[in-house]
Amino acid sequence: MKTLKIARPRPTGGAAGFITVVVIGIALLLGLPSIFSTFGLLQMTVFAAMAIFALSQGFIWGFGGILCFGQSAFLGLGGYAYAVAALNMTDTTGAVALAILVPMVFAAGLGYFMFYGRISDAYIGVITLTVTIILFNLINSTSGDIYHIGAAPLGGFNGIPSVPPINIPGDPNDQLDPTGLWYAAMGALILCYIFLKWVLGTRFGRVVVAIRENETRSQLLGYDPRLYKLLTFVIGAGIAGLAGCLYTNWGAFISPTVFNLTMSAQVIIYVLVGGLGTLIGPILGAIAIQYLIVLAGGQHVIDPNLLLGVVLIAFVLLVPQGVVPVIRAGASRLLGSRRAPAAANMVTADALPHSSAQQEPGQ
Amino acid sequence: MSVPLLEAQGVTMRFGGVSAVADVNFVLGEVELRCLIGPNGAGKSTFFKILTGQLRPTEGVIRFRGQDITGAHPHVIARLGVGIKTQVPNVFNGLTVREGIGIAAGRRKSLKRARQIVDETMELLQLTPIAGMPVGQLAHGQRQWVEIATVLAQEPDLILLDEPAAGMTHEEVLRTSELIRMINQKQALVVVEHDMQFIRMIAKTVTVFNRGRILIENTVDAVLADPEVRDVYLGKQTH
Repeated sequence: MKTLKIARPRPTGGAAGFITVVVIGIALLLGLPSIFSTFGLLQMTVFAAMAIFALSQGFIWGFGGILCFGQSAFLGLGGYAYAVAALNMTDTTGAVALAILVPMVFAAGLGYFMFYGRISDAYIGVITLTVTIILFNLINSTSGDIYHIGAAPLGGFNGIPSVPPINIPGDPNDQLDPTGLWYAAMGALILCYIFLKWVLGTRFGRVVVAIRENETRSQLLGYDPRLYKLLTFVIGAGIAGLAGCLYTNWGAFISPTVFNLTMSAQVIIYVLVGGLGTLIGPILGAIAIQYLIVLAGGQHVIDPNLLLGVVLIAFVLLVPQGVVPVIRAGASRLLGSRRAPAAANMVTADALPHSSAQQEPGQ
Repeated sequence: MSVPLLEAQGVTMRFGGVSAVADVNFVLGEVELRCLIGPNGAGKSTFFKILTGQLRPTEGVIRFRGQDITGAHPHVIARLGVGIKTQVPNVFNGLTVREGIGIAAGRRKSLKRARQIVDETMELLQLTPIAGMPVGQLAHGQRQWVEIATVLAQEPDLILLDEPAAGMTHEEVLRTSELIRMINQKQALVVVEHDMQFIRMIAKTVTVFNRGRILIENTVDAVLADPEVRDVYLGKQTH
C-alpha cells in the first residue's frame, strides 16, 4: 500500500500554474463546441465527467492519504440519486443537489465508522471496495415493478432509462441540449478544480496534507485526524456524486455498472497515471485513459481491459509518481530550482521514521 | 501547596506479561525543569507516550493541572498544552520547514499571529535559511531542530523532550542546553537524555527510571553520585 503512495510533491503549485490551468479550461469550455461535432462534444462531455470523478479520488487519496478502492460507490449513488429525483421532480435542479448530497451523507456515515473506528489504511481500502460491490449487487437485484422510488423504477440490472436532462434552474422546460450539457460538465470540472485548489489553500487543507504526511505529529499538535479525514472523505464523495450526475445526463441512463469494479479500478488508474498528490494529474489521467479506451474500443486486436491493465502495471513499475510530478520535477531541475525535490528521496526519508517508530512501541 | 502542573499516580503499563512502566508516581510543578534518565528499556519513552495519550495506561491516573487526562486522545491532551518531541523525529517530511512549523503555530490562532510565531521560532532555532526546504531532505540533526521548533510553535505549557540532543554535534548540544534554559523561563520541561554532560548542564532535579520504576529522584549531584545509579548505567545487577 505504501509503495503506491510514492509521489508526494508539495501540495501547492504556483499561482501561475493555477491560472494557466483555469484559462486553458475556460478556452476549452468556450472553444470546443465550435470545433467538434455533436458526437465529438458528447465524447468530451463524458471525459469531463470522468475527470471530475478522478479529481474526487485524487483529492482524498493524493492529499488526504485515504486509499478508497470504492470511489465508484459515490459516483453511482450520485447518478442514481439524480435519476430517481429527476424522474420524481419537474425541476431537476433539486436532483442535481441531491446527487451531491446523497453521496456526502452516505460517506459521512461510512466514514464515521471507518475513521472513528480507527480502521487501518489497508482495511479502509477493503471496506470501500466491499461497499461498492454490495451496492452493485443491491441495485442489480431491484428488477421488477415492486422496486421503485416514487415514480422512478430502479430497474435492476437494466438500469433506469430516459432520465430527464438537467434544466435551467427554475425553468423545467428549458432542458440542456448536448452543447448545454458540455458547458455544464466542463464548467463543473473547472469549478471543482478551483474549489479543491481553494480548499487546499485554507488552514483546513493544510492540516489535511499535514495529516497525510504524519498523522501522529498532527495529533500531538492538537489536531484530530479522524475529523479531518472524515471531512475530506465527504468532500470527495460529493464531487464524485456530481460526476455521477453528469455521467447519467450524458447517456440519459444509469445502470448498476457504475458501481462495478471496473469503474473503481479505472479511477485509481486515472490518478496513478496522471500523478498522485496533484489536481491537474488526475484530470489529465482521466482524459488520457478515456481516450485510450475509446481508441481500444475501435479495434479488435487487443481486449481494452487487458490494455488498461498493461498501462497500470507499466506506470506502477516505470513512472510510479505519475506523469505530472515527473514533468514538474524535470522542469524545475532544468530551471535549476532549489526546490526541485526528487520524489524518490522523499519516500525513503519518509518511510524511515514510520517503520522504526512502529518497531519499538515499548521504548 | 497549589495543584501541580502534572501528576502521575500509580501509573502502570503492561505489554503482555512485561511491565514497561510499573507503579510510577511523578509530580511536576509549574515551570519546572526535570531530567529523566535511565538505561534503554527503562520505560522513559513509554511513560511519555502515556502522558501524551498515545498509550492508555493499564493502571493509574494522570492529571494535568488537576484535570484527569488518563487515556484521553492525544489531540485533546495537546490542546490542553502538552507538546512532545518524540525519540524518533516525528516531522512533516513532505512539507517545507516553514509549512510544518506553521501547522503547529496555526491552531486556533489568527493567521497574522501564526506567521509571527513561525518567524520568531525559526529565527530562534536558526532555521530561517532553510525555511523553504522540504523537511524530508534535511539531515538528522536539522530534523531534530525542526521538531523542536514545531513543538515550541505550539506554545505548550509543558514540553516533553525525548532525547533532544541525540545525533547532534557538541556545538549543537551546547545550543540545545541554552535553548532549554531559555524555554524554562516560561514553560515546564521534562527532558529524557543519556548524555550526562548535557544533564549536568541543564538539570536541577533528576528522576532515574530503571525497569519501569522510579529508582531515585534527587538533585543532579546526588543522583550522579549514587552508587545504585552507577550500577544501573554500567549494567550491574542490583539485586
